[in-house]
Amino acid sequence: MSDPMSYNGGTVLAMNGKNCCAIASDLRFGVNNIFVGRMHRIFPVGKKILVGYSGLASDCQTLNETIQLQTNLYSLREGRQISPHALTNLISTDLYEHRFGPLFVEPIVCGLDEKNEPYVCGADLLGCLSKPTDFIVSGTGMEMMMGACESFWRPDMEPEELLEVISQCFLAGLDRDALSGWGCVVHVITPTHTRTVYLKSRQD
Amino acid sequence: MVGANGESRYAPAPPKPSDPDGFCFHSPHPEVFSGQARHHHRHSHQNMASLKLQPADQKVLPKAKKTGTTICGLICHREGCVVLGADTRATSEAIIADKNCSKIHYLAPNIYCCGAGTAADTEHVTQLISSNLKLLRLNSGRQSRVDVACVLLKRHLFPYQGYVSAALVLGGVDFTGPHIYQVWPHGSTDSLDYVTMGSGSMAAMSMFESRYSHDLTLDQCKDLVHDAVLAGIFNDEGSGSNVDITIIERNKPAQILRNMDTPNTRLHPMRFQMPLKNTVVLREFIELHEAAPVAPAAVPAPAKKAEDEERAAMPLE
Repeated sequence: MSDPMSYNGGTVLAMNGKNCCAIASDLRFGVNNIFVGRMHRIFPVGKKILVGYSGLASDCQTLNETIQLQTNLYSLREGRQISPHALTNLISTDLYEHRFGPLFVEPIVCGLDEKNEPYVCGADLLGCLSKPTDFIVSGTGMEMMMGACESFWRPDMEPEELLEVISQCFLAGLDRDALSGWGCVVHVITPTHTRTVYLKSRQD
Repeated sequence: MVGANGESRYAPAPPKPSDPDGFCFHSPHPEVFSGQARHHHRHSHQNMASLKLQPADQKVLPKAKKTGTTICGLICHREGCVVLGADTRATSEAIIADKNCSKIHYLAPNIYCCGAGTAADTEHVTQLISSNLKLLRLNSGRQSRVDVACVLLKRHLFPYQGYVSAALVLGGVDFTGPHIYQVWPHGSTDSLDYVTMGSGSMAAMSMFESRYSHDLTLDQCKDLVHDAVLAGIFNDEGSGSNVDITIIERNKPAQILRNMDTPNTRLHPMRFQMPLKNTVVLREFIELHEAAPVAPAAVPAPAKKAEDEERAAMPLE
């Protein structure tokens, strides 16, 4: 078996904007270099919070189901939705619980907090959180995306420009990663609505 | 002692090949992992069986975020306080995963701890010890002692035989005075006047060895720690970005100087204005947050007019 982190392929990218944030992912589901089908890797956790998972597809789905279960119980118990900050801590402890037999997932949380401030945070497969002020990438296309994002990201982008920047950075990186592609979906979260956009991308 | 079937119950387990990098595919310490030890650490081991199925020669170890690091700390004997310093770079092999991470962790109001090694380990170990110190404070009604933090850390690390790869510089001031401890991943500790750890430890130690003395004032100590971290930032590839410093004085709230020096800011930010509506969009959906039922945003509704190309691109529906 090859490296579990690049067995299925896939990339997730999230960016901060001004009172908004965005998350993008590809739709490819493969087995090493063979294309098998498409899958979504970004899932909502209540309103205004999306979590994207990259890594081994089975572990992505397992972690997502665990998180959905726990956040549903949280909202029943507390009578309110979980905050993105609490959610990342939950993900972090869930991942570190498997310290010596890890889930091969690198999740990214993207959402607006209680004050509608943008919140973007990523974790590595052992649950080490990193909360950048600009953007975060995980998955097989990480090296490719990072360079583009370093060039084109700038502070305080409005939702329209944020969508454009995250789309262009993601598509540029996608074209140079053999294990990602086959479509691209972008979500832009603003205080009033979430805009979901499917981009036209290469299908090879 | 010999059991009924003739084998020694206390026979040592046969030696197993060790795996580098902190991921163990076998149990490095069977007593801990079988739940027999009196430990309160609860790691799940449900995935370890599947890892064992991989042939030994084909095992591929995934990369976790590391902090190729410069961390250091020293005691200012003249003013009875402690200065801790760290860089802010986190790496994942050759990629800089985080340009401005925080490596000086809170343990108690009077105790802080710098972490090097696997980032998740330093983060979670310090969080665990911080919780236990808080419980001890609530039970005893007394200030936490640096010595106690050190013992809690080594008692956690030692049973894992170095697999929890946290190399720490522990510093604080309690009623016995200022203390700096060096804590190694295998659980050994040293109590010293000045200490460095991480991949940049040699660079930082060169500054300490040439300039440290018991007569330094707090300002001089702060400058020395700053220069030691800078030596790591510029001479060690695993360390970089900014300098964080924390100063702990007796009966005073700790001074947390996050990014007290930023010698590596980007010089020519482009501020590129991206032209709008340039990306080709296949379809889009808008979910209003006011709507009561939360529709999953990731599942698209069927499109009204699906062009052939679109249909080819999106057979998900």
